[in-house]
Amino acid sequence: MIKVEDLHKSFGDEEVLKGISTTFEKGKTNIIIGQSGSGKTVFMKCLLGLFTPDKGKIIYGNKAIQDMDKDEKSDLRQQMGMLFQGGALFDSMNIEENVLFPLQMISKKSKSEMLDRVNEVLKRVNLVNVNKKLPAEISGGMQKRVAIARAIVNNPNYLFCDEPNSGLDPRTATVIDNLIQEITQEYDITTVVNTHDMNSVMEIGETIIFLKEGHLVWKGDKTQIFKTDNEAVTEFVYSSDLFKKIRIAQNIEDEKI
Amino acid sequence: MKYIRDIGSYFMMLRQVFSRPTKASVLKNLIFKEINDLIINSLGIVVFISFFVGSVIAIQTALNMDNPLVPKSLIGFATRQSVLLEFAPTFISIIMAGKVGSFITSSIGSMRVTEQIDALEVMGINSLNYLVFPKIIALLFFPFIIVISMTVGIAGGWIAAVYGGFSSASDFASGLQEDFVPFHIVYAFLKTFVFAFILATVPSWQGYYMNGGALEVGKASTNSFVWTSVLIILANFIITQMLLS
Repeated sequence: MIKVEDLHKSFGDEEVLKGISTTFEKGKTNIIIGQSGSGKTVFMKCLLGLFTPDKGKIIYGNKAIQDMDKDEKSDLRQQMGMLFQGGALFDSMNIEENVLFPLQMISKKSKSEMLDRVNEVLKRVNLVNVNKKLPAEISGGMQKRVAIARAIVNNPNYLFCDEPNSGLDPRTATVIDNLIQEITQEYDITTVVNTHDMNSVMEIGETIIFLKEGHLVWKGDKTQIFKTDNEAVTEFVYSSDLFKKIRIAQNIEDEKI
Repeated sequence: MKYIRDIGSYFMMLRQVFSRPTKASVLKNLIFKEINDLIINSLGIVVFISFFVGSVIAIQTALNMDNPLVPKSLIGFATRQSVLLEFAPTFISIIMAGKVGSFITSSIGSMRVTEQIDALEVMGINSLNYLVFPKIIALLFFPFIIVISMTVGIAGGWIAAVYGGFSSASDFASGLQEDFVPFHIVYAFLKTFVFAFILATVPSWQGYYMNGGALEVGKASTNSFVWTSVLIILANFIITQMLLS
């Protein structure tokens, strides 16, 4: 579980996060949504410890990340897996080396044991016969799956995904969404997904928080998101063409009844 | 104000580079890779430039000697002094600022743009130690390049002088040995180590702290070349003043 208390972050005069408090639960896919510029990425980078908050606390287990020394932070980060928007695979390494990399950096296992684990996670994300290929030689969807494999190879307690579906076709996006949800349940980890894709929200969103201009303005689940009176959420949800059409269809149905 | 902040950020980067080291077995492979990328892959261009610049120094010296009383051995002497004192250590370092420096900046800058550096940090790895420390160690082999440059430069001068008919082989050889000061070699290598450190760290700083996209990677590479060259020239002046004045 991750607990966030009154989180503030500014860059110069611009305050990006304005007092966010929430809890991300274990074994669930927690979704952060909001329009571009709402502070989603900054929030996630604070959760990851890449940005230091100006005020407030991010508590992992029983300890706030701000109170941890360098070694404790390093240990915590080894319990984190991250799926970056563009994959962030290392260009100079082949797929096997990319997935092996986090294990190599911390594990004391033998090379053959580590390679067995690499093959196991690659198989888990449905990738076979790609071990020796470079990231540039595989498709965007496959790169995302490799990035997921790399994120889970160390059996993390926390999985973070930044816009996991950006640049993917709808079918591949669904595959990635399902994979994230399956892994969350299978490994019983805390997963935080940052997205503005409503299809993704509907596919995997168990707990959803909505950010607007650095404030957390709504929290709920995917069944509640269509019933909320919150104007900002409604406006965001129905800005998607698909959901706009669903709403029109629902209205027609209501009129018939 | 920006310059003061940049200088501070550079020294803070250096402190980070030498803290929380990467696992030794991983580091060893990284160092070998960097030696290959930064040192071995630069040999071709260094040999090519050194040979022809050495030749040109010898020809220029010969063509400017119109007084028959000046001994022909001066061609060998001038070639040796120019190559050992300035051309090999300083001129080659500036060429390396263009070749190796922009390679370092663009490779680290691209990693920044594509979030690969963030990925390293999230994995609990000290990204500065992982990326910059192996480059510093690899560039400790930079004097090896300078030795080759000195040898090839003088050989180029010898071939141009002797086969161009400007000097006999024995005159050139005696010029090479004339008034030789062994400390000049110490001076040349001492400054080579300083230049190597600048070559490894300044372009790394430019790449690591850049913001933006592909266009900014290009700008950072250009800045890297400019600042590395400026610092090499300044360091050359200071070291020369301190050691030879």
